[in-house]
Amino acid sequence: MASVGKILRRTFLIGSAAVVGGVAFGAYYVSRPAPNPLKPGEGEAALNPFVLIDQNGVTLFAPRAEMGQGVKTTWAALIAEELDVDLDQVTVLHGPAAAAYYNSAMMGESLPNKGYDISNFQHNLAEALGVVGRVLSLQVTGGSTSMKDGFERMRLAGASARETLKQAAANRLDVDPSALKTASGFVIAPDGDKIAYTELAIEAAAIEAAEAPLRDPSKWRYLGRTQPRLDMAGKVTGTAEFGVDVRLPGMKFAAVRMNPKLGGVMNGYDDSAAKTMPGVEKVVNLGTGVAVVANNTWLANQAVEAIDVDWGDAPYPSETDEIFSHIAKAFDDAPNSTMRDDGDVTTLPDGASEITAEYKVPYLAHATMEPMNATALFTGNALELWCGNQAPTLIQMRVANVANLDTEAVQIHTTYLGGGFGRRGEFDFGEIATKVAMAMPNVPVQTTWSREEDMRHDFYRPGAMARMRGAVKDGQAVLIDGQVAAQSCAQQAVNRYTGLPAAGADKVLVEGFFNQPYAVPNYRMSGHVVDLDIPVGFWRSVGNSHNGFFHETFMDELALAADRDPLDFRLELAKSEHAPSAGCLEAVREMSNWTGQTAKGVGRGVALAYSFGTPVAQVIEVVDEDGTIRINKAWIACDMGLALDPDNVKAQMFGGMMYGLSAACFGEITFSEGEVEQFNFPDYDALRMHTAPQVEVRVLETNRHMGGAGEPGTPPSMPALGNALFDLTGERARTLPLINQFNLLI
Amino acid sequence: MATSLKVNGTSHQVDLPDDVPLLWVLRDEVGLTGTKFGCGVAACGACTVHIDGEAVRSCQVTLSDVWGDVTTIEGIGSPDAMATIQQAWVDHQVAQCGYCQSGQIMQAAALLAENPDPTDTDIDDAMQGNLCRCGTYPRIRAAIQDAALKLKEV
Repeated sequence: MASVGKILRRTFLIGSAAVVGGVAFGAYYVSRPAPNPLKPGEGEAALNPFVLIDQNGVTLFAPRAEMGQGVKTTWAALIAEELDVDLDQVTVLHGPAAAAYYNSAMMGESLPNKGYDISNFQHNLAEALGVVGRVLSLQVTGGSTSMKDGFERMRLAGASARETLKQAAANRLDVDPSALKTASGFVIAPDGDKIAYTELAIEAAAIEAAEAPLRDPSKWRYLGRTQPRLDMAGKVTGTAEFGVDVRLPGMKFAAVRMNPKLGGVMNGYDDSAAKTMPGVEKVVNLGTGVAVVANNTWLANQAVEAIDVDWGDAPYPSETDEIFSHIAKAFDDAPNSTMRDDGDVTTLPDGASEITAEYKVPYLAHATMEPMNATALFTGNALELWCGNQAPTLIQMRVANVANLDTEAVQIHTTYLGGGFGRRGEFDFGEIATKVAMAMPNVPVQTTWSREEDMRHDFYRPGAMARMRGAVKDGQAVLIDGQVAAQSCAQQAVNRYTGLPAAGADKVLVEGFFNQPYAVPNYRMSGHVVDLDIPVGFWRSVGNSHNGFFHETFMDELALAADRDPLDFRLELAKSEHAPSAGCLEAVREMSNWTGQTAKGVGRGVALAYSFGTPVAQVIEVVDEDGTIRINKAWIACDMGLALDPDNVKAQMFGGMMYGLSAACFGEITFSEGEVEQFNFPDYDALRMHTAPQVEVRVLETNRHMGGAGEPGTPPSMPALGNALFDLTGERARTLPLINQFNLLI
Repeated sequence: MATSLKVNGTSHQVDLPDDVPLLWVLRDEVGLTGTKFGCGVAACGACTVHIDGEAVRSCQVTLSDVWGDVTTIEGIGSPDAMATIQQAWVDHQVAQCGYCQSGQIMQAAALLAENPDPTDTDIDDAMQGNLCRCGTYPRIRAAIQDAALKLKEV
């Protein structure tokens, strides 16, 4: 079977012009503007960028980051469904960084519609915008887009390869292709004789790729059904290769220390003690930090800690309080966006009672279990980089720039990711490893960050504040007027990715704020961009992660003001606006036997959030055990339309919820003297076995448009928990983390 | 001066300073990368291995302090011949990113060796040092309970 290393070596050797070994490969319209990155060797056929066949087997390419969401398996299932191969008989590889592997769904998310009310016209426009993803070579895993992106294209890739193989068999047998069938990697002749795809590879490669219509979903064998994950055996036996597990002949190990005053300069350093420490080979000046290369990661880290560095100041206020004062000031500026402005919020309807509330949530770290790392080999005129990453083509461009090479001279090897959550869409770990390797030409060097370095050098979920004003009348919400203020991760990321200043309305800042599926007649939601230079980035569910808390805590406050059951209150407003959202609320009501009443010592809260095309409702139950509060149970209902792998969707839903609950309970990044005050898990803890709730998930499939799975479980978790704590204690949670206000079990 | 170390039944001579933690001996010297680095301060459990059958955080045991035979995740089973507990993890499709699961499995294996019939509270107590940022805890619990049943059948 093909190894990606072999394919890449060959790709590298022959460049983009030549065809090797006389074997042509079919062009395929999916890849037309982008060359097929797979260069088949003697006896191999790359029928399109996603299917490679040689004498020994079939290799499928799933060029999306496997960071736990199961994309490798479901992506392969999309191809296999039409190609007629068995998932347990094929090899699935991530493949190289390549323009052909662009994400077609990502740009569609940038349209300024609410999502849930998208018209078919807008839906088509969103699909057309996928072309922009192609032009920009956006090979990105993020935004819960993989299935939206791959759903049609990968089935088409499988169908095309299948029909091409059938044509090859038809030519050989001198029959019409329509007389042939396919199953489990074979073309089956009218007389029942079987020809393996592997035998047909070379003949198929000589044929112009066929196009074929997609099968009716009633014929599916894989899609819509739970598949065993292809990465499971490796991950339970310690044999799955993460970035930090890459081992190369003669490899060295490095540790790094960057300025803890983020973005500050390095005035100088004294490495005299470090240089003579055991195992140390070299101290590397990184400009704004230092690295030590040694024969062992731990020895490298001991030495890098022994360097005395004079750090320059941070370019932002040095204390948390000053930072939040700065955030609050942004409310005084004209809003960056007002994406919802229905009715008239300036006039209080007659007889309505008004309430207001202010909310505040902290900066958050991603804290992936695998600390940032990358392995690089620099030879002077070429660079290879091994790492878990969410954007291979972008990181390729960035490290090429660092090494002053053409992108074609850089190979990116994408391993499994020990957690992504948005952190591994950044490039800093790759750039640092590249700089370290450039100081050690022809020696592969793995640069691993300590947990402390990882925690204190993140692109954080921005701290955010919201000011909410609303009104109720006759048991209903009649007015919501909200403002959110935070740094813009989108603007900062555009600047970071392209070097160009970003401007314009930032939809990401207000997602989960302006587009919630409630029929409230007077409804205005504005976003205020905070101008601060703290590094911020995309944290699982991004803007929804703070806005879900703001919006759904306020909905609870409105329900209370209206003297209504909080679930009924929401359901009534959602029913006429978005049926799938209402369906999720009805499902959790039934699953949890919600009555609106709880026993003494028990509290329950509900929340609904629509994000990434998927509404998710959650009910969370807390219990008071001798004064200590424990999260006991959680019920989740989601509706993403078609769920391609229901059990995997369930895992993403409760995983997303746990990630949100961890942040809601314990997560807080604070600053003192310009430095992050949290170092490691003892001061940035998460849910653990004894603090995690029992959970039940229901996957509904009524949504007309396909939604995401990786992120939508996160936004409703934080308000559902806060609302449960209110039900238990009568104290409203308006700031996070909750451990600062409630006696939670730790 | 070389230190001798027995890992998964194989003896190794390791030429590293005495104070290098076992984790980094295993990963960077012996080449067994199944044992993971997560925090370096015994707060996450990703580096859990067995020394003479006892679950320990290998980031906290220095090379010179290793008091017995070391077993890592690679030593209890392989993709083609999984241990019962690893198979239970597959049956329950536990792993998401998978990075913490070597440590989770080694901790759970030590629990079941000591307590073949763990209650939910026993599982809470034994497993609370092992962090999973993907939040796979419900399936870890189910897999441990299932493995306990299967081990009794043997």
